[in-house]
Amino acid sequence: MWRFIGSRLLQAVPVILAVITATFFLVRMAPGGPFDSEKAVIPEVRAALEAQYRLDQPLASQYFAYLGDLASGDFGPSFKYPGRSVNELIAAGLPVTAELGFYALLIATLIGGLAGVLASLKPNTAQDYVPMALAMLGICMPTFLLGPLLVLLFGIRLEWLPVSGWGDLPGDKILPSLTLGAALAAYIARLSRAGMLEVLSQDYIRTARAKGLPEWQVVTRHALRGGLLPVVTFLGPAFAGLLAGSFVVESIFQIPGLGRFYVQAAFNRDYTMILGTTVFLSTLIVLFNLMSDVLAAWLNPRLRAQYGSSA
Amino acid sequence: MALLEVRDLGVSFVTRNGVNKAVDGISFDVQSGKITAIIGESGSGKSVACYSMLGLIPSPPGRIDSGSALFDGEDLLQMSESQLRRIRGRDVAMIFQDPMTCLNPYLCIGDQLAEPLILHCGAGKAEARRRAIEILDEVGIRDPGTTIDSYPHEFSGGMRQRVMIAMALINEPRLLIADEPTTALDVTIQAQILKLIADLQKKRDIGVIFISHDLAVVADIADEIAVMQNGRIVEHGDREAIFRGAEHPYTQTLLAAIPSGSKTLSEAVGDDLIRVRNLRTWFRTPSGDTMKAVDDVSFDIRRGEVLGLVGESGSGKSTIGRSLLRLVPISAGSVSFDGTDITVLEGKALKSMRRRMQMIFQDPFASLNPRMTVFDTLAEPLLLHKLEDRRSVSDAVLRLMDDVGLARSAVRKYPHEFSGGQRQRIAIGRALATRPEFVVADEPVSALDVTIQAQILDLMVELGREYGLTMLFVSHDLAVVRHIADRIIVLFQGRVIEEGSGEQLFNAPRENYTRELLGAIPGSSLL
Repeated sequence: MWRFIGSRLLQAVPVILAVITATFFLVRMAPGGPFDSEKAVIPEVRAALEAQYRLDQPLASQYFAYLGDLASGDFGPSFKYPGRSVNELIAAGLPVTAELGFYALLIATLIGGLAGVLASLKPNTAQDYVPMALAMLGICMPTFLLGPLLVLLFGIRLEWLPVSGWGDLPGDKILPSLTLGAALAAYIARLSRAGMLEVLSQDYIRTARAKGLPEWQVVTRHALRGGLLPVVTFLGPAFAGLLAGSFVVESIFQIPGLGRFYVQAAFNRDYTMILGTTVFLSTLIVLFNLMSDVLAAWLNPRLRAQYGSSA
Repeated sequence: MALLEVRDLGVSFVTRNGVNKAVDGISFDVQSGKITAIIGESGSGKSVACYSMLGLIPSPPGRIDSGSALFDGEDLLQMSESQLRRIRGRDVAMIFQDPMTCLNPYLCIGDQLAEPLILHCGAGKAEARRRAIEILDEVGIRDPGTTIDSYPHEFSGGMRQRVMIAMALINEPRLLIADEPTTALDVTIQAQILKLIADLQKKRDIGVIFISHDLAVVADIADEIAVMQNGRIVEHGDREAIFRGAEHPYTQTLLAAIPSGSKTLSEAVGDDLIRVRNLRTWFRTPSGDTMKAVDDVSFDIRRGEVLGLVGESGSGKSTIGRSLLRLVPISAGSVSFDGTDITVLEGKALKSMRRRMQMIFQDPFASLNPRMTVFDTLAEPLLLHKLEDRRSVSDAVLRLMDDVGLARSAVRKYPHEFSGGQRQRIAIGRALATRPEFVVADEPVSALDVTIQAQILDLMVELGREYGLTMLFVSHDLAVVRHIADRIIVLFQGRVIEEGSGEQLFNAPRENYTRELLGAIPGSSLL
């Protein structure tokens, strides 16, 4: 198993290097630069700024210098927030985004998993159609529509929950988490329904029934693990996707998370900030993918044996 | 009083297309300490009848129409689901056909074994584990104290079936329902499992319902035999009566389907078409070891000859077939086809050689593309090898349909609309489409019911003659191979251990292993 993890980590190095390289050159190819603005900047000031941030050097040497900084864990200074490093900005935004992502994932797994399992137990009945129709709706509904709708209903009409903020008022974390988790819940519902239906048709489920197990034990002991495996493999990339995709929700609910920094950085051509966030998120995606693969292997003895034998 | 008395049991399936009567008023008894065999082909209702008594058929669409099933004087059909649950796994236990899929792959076998004990008898974990180890030992699992913590994938098919049997017997049931428990196994393993079931049944004095499609399988163990066809019991009697004096034509068909006798040798055997010299096909396992699937094998096949290749799972017999067609990389040795060494062929030369050599696979359910109609399946090789053009291809396909005995009108259907035997006919048609000179048939009848098996074997003999085929016929079943092959090679662990005509092998086997294979043929007492 350790060798499997090790080899996967090694495989991740070229992936992340490719991400760094592509992002580095793409942001520099985009028109405009970090110090372009409405007001003309005095040429001397501009030259000094560019020298300070190494922008006067050839592109290749900027690239290698950046790689060198990265290797020592330094994402460099932010171009737009003078005096603050990208590391600091990520460190400030990450906890908020991670918490939001975690709640969203929790909601998505609970609601989606439950809906999917219930639907699979009585396929092609109302118990199947209703949650699956909702799931379809959830997949089709974009976050920027669902968020304001929820705000309108629970925040403004019913006045049950705050309309924005993060950690300022009681209950203000509910709506953003729900908004972010809804689409994911829909995916998980469909995945777990398909997985459970597949497993419930297996011969070993008939064996379990032939033993005289009550139906709920047949489901919990024999069907759930295999049926929810596809969900587990999906969770890793899903969580990373949540982090990267949280900026819409963060913008709607005025949450000071990583996503908002990310979007602002793109508008501002804050090269180091864009690069830093991209590299950081892609590393997370790789790690979470690995984690969900390890978890899936741990749940599935056959996979475990495969990885185990190569260890 | 009998342990189980089934009277006038009727079960039907209600679907959109109407009501399908799966079991049509059957009656039979099972006595304690006796084995009652129910014999019939797929779809005859034999499994449905047994599952329905225990409330194990999905309902809807399943529905019990009539009858009673008195177990110990109480009617199973009148019981509530929770009453039935208390009987299932405690008084009545089941084993199923495919031990590969009937054990939960995610739970270690100890947990699965202990489950019925904990559920029905309220045994503690330690107590259940102790019992599980005992019973594993009893069914012949080596070193049960350690293997109890293994997962199903770590066992071979035969061992898994032993685990299934252990699981069924752990609560000391009084009735055991065994649904085709040996059909998915090699003949040698089948013989072991049959003996195990018979021994345990005698020792514990339990009643057994043994469901099978093959009369030969139950020839040595059954006390009573009921023959089912289309949901009815058409003949019923003790073993002697069925085997010595069967009256119903269907029972006689079943008896005739038991492969017996040797083929009359093909007259037209010419020069060697295939020459295999020192063939080695080795694989690297994930753990880095070398598995010598085929290890230094040499043989010839003459033009027009059918060579039988016999061995157990893992003996390398399928790998030899695949090596001959270059479907797996060969490690060493040479294979010459009509004078050409095919081990060195590449690209175009290999493709045109492939037209002359074809393969028929074991599982007609898996080897046909479910999204292609029969027409597409049969037309593809013809067009690929430019044997026909777009205009003439449909005539060629229809001729093929005639040859393999399928109705021309079925040509636009998809594989799932056919039965297993029909699908194997399609697979044979696909293999013969390019008019090959040489065909590798890899267990082509193992997945089929005996009656269908006999039909397909006959078809293959007939087509072989008609097309002038040279054939390598791979099977684990000596009786089947003897029926079709001119000459037989016995394989063991990747090596040839004996070679000869069917007569020679059956009447005067030289090797112990061959004798073992012969002894494992079910119903050999009948032959």
